Amino acid sequence: MQQLSTRHLLGIKDITAEDIQLIFETADNFKEVLNRPIKKVPSLRDITIANIFFENSTRTKLSFELAEKRLSADVVNFSSSNSSVKKGETLVDTVNNILSMKVDMVVMRHSSVGAPHYLSRKIQANIVNAGDGTHEHPTQALLDAFSIREKLGDVAGKKVAIIGDILHSRVALSNIFALQKLGAEVMVCGPITLIPKYITSLGVRVEHDVRKALAWCDVANILRIQLERQQIKYFPSLREYSLYYGINKKLLSQLDKEIVIMHPGPINRGVELNSDVADGPHSIILNQVENGVAIRMAVLYLLASVK
Amino acid sequence: MQDRLILDQQQLDITISRMCHQLVELHDDFADTVLLGLQPRGKLFAKRIQTRLSEILGHEIPLGFLDITFHRDDFRRRESPLKANATEVNFIIEEKKVVLIDDVLYTGRSVRAALDAMIAFGRPAKVELMVLIDRKYTRHLPIEPDYTGKAVNTLASQNVAAEWREQGFESDNIWIKHKI
Repeated sequence: MQQLSTRHLLGIKDITAEDIQLIFETADNFKEVLNRPIKKVPSLRDITIANIFFENSTRTKLSFELAEKRLSADVVNFSSSNSSVKKGETLVDTVNNILSMKVDMVVMRHSSVGAPHYLSRKIQANIVNAGDGTHEHPTQALLDAFSIREKLGDVAGKKVAIIGDILHSRVALSNIFALQKLGAEVMVCGPITLIPKYITSLGVRVEHDVRKALAWCDVANILRIQLERQQIKYFPSLREYSLYYGINKKLLSQLDKEIVIMHPGPINRGVELNSDVADGPHSIILNQVENGVAIRMAVLYLLASVK
Repeated sequence: MQDRLILDQQQLDITISRMCHQLVELHDDFADTVLLGLQPRGKLFAKRIQTRLSEILGHEIPLGFLDITFHRDDFRRRESPLKANATEVNFIIEEKKVVLIDDVLYTGRSVRAALDAMIAFGRPAKVELMVLIDRKYTRHLPIEPDYTGKAVNTLASQNVAAEWREQGFESDNIWIKHKI
């Protein structure tokens, strides 16, 4: 197959395993492009992309913008903090205004679940979801799975533990869909209050003891504690969370094997992940960031070629 | 109309040897020259050239493979998108003489894209084009080969098909076939 089955990337749930493989194979080629003396190809030179961020972002926004520029697309940026959204404009009005300026693709982050899905029914442009509330973050899941494939050769048959704040994490949900579609086994691990009640219906294991989770897995994807999304207290203190769920070198040295450590960033150092692990030899955190640009180039390129 | 065989195994071997000697005539010991095969179809022909050249000169000649998918001028205009292939260029082409190698020269658009893609690896001192089959009078761009295996007259309803042993064929054969 040479074409994606969809013209929007709204979530991993909506795409097929073949789509993911095609994105990976295309990203392999873009990774080679990124290692050339001139890291730019002219593929999207007739395309304009709007990055619309209704929620804060550093690396995702930067990564998308770099990917777009490496593909020679024209880029416009929009963030809600200094815009008419503050004056009461609706989402569709805002986006339609941007589209009137002849924009072909929209990369959007929004704090509401389903915002890009809603938009995809209202407008013509291709839409890439860069995170919608606590729902999905598809490009992050793609780059995570791509990084596992790069490190371990394949995703199929691998055991991946997602550890931390599962309840508020869009990365967790997208990762579960992506990893399962590629044939990996997935476990979620965290305090009982941070694991959604019905997560087992997705066919994942649930574990509350981080030692057992680490002993089980080949890859540990550590998630950030999202204090900004927590309206109530889910655990007594950060110190206590760190004591029970923080990953440090001592924990890893007690294992009889080596596991791969991942984190989607930004890291709360000393809370969910200690510096001795984050900067250690088993961490592929910076590879994830590097792969993010190649994966996003592949997604934008492939979406642009869907008629 | 029937398919027409334009080069069989024996003729192809002679042609490849002749083209290699032409290269040696102009590039001497290949100290400043590299070969660049175009993905996907020029790859096998480029490998043959490299193997024969190495036999003649007694040392390995650098060969890279260039994929031009991201540089094509028909992206989003084609019915079905093309899948990209691997680019393997493990040398810098800055100030080198580059011989671009492809199996069939038709409209010249692939070569234009290849010139564009090649620049990402440096500024070459000189670029030459070598093709196995030149389809005459079909160019859309002012591009002509420096080394030609065989020039043929073809119709728009025909295409040139190269069969190589590496692809599982019993022997190497180059055909003019009718599009189905």
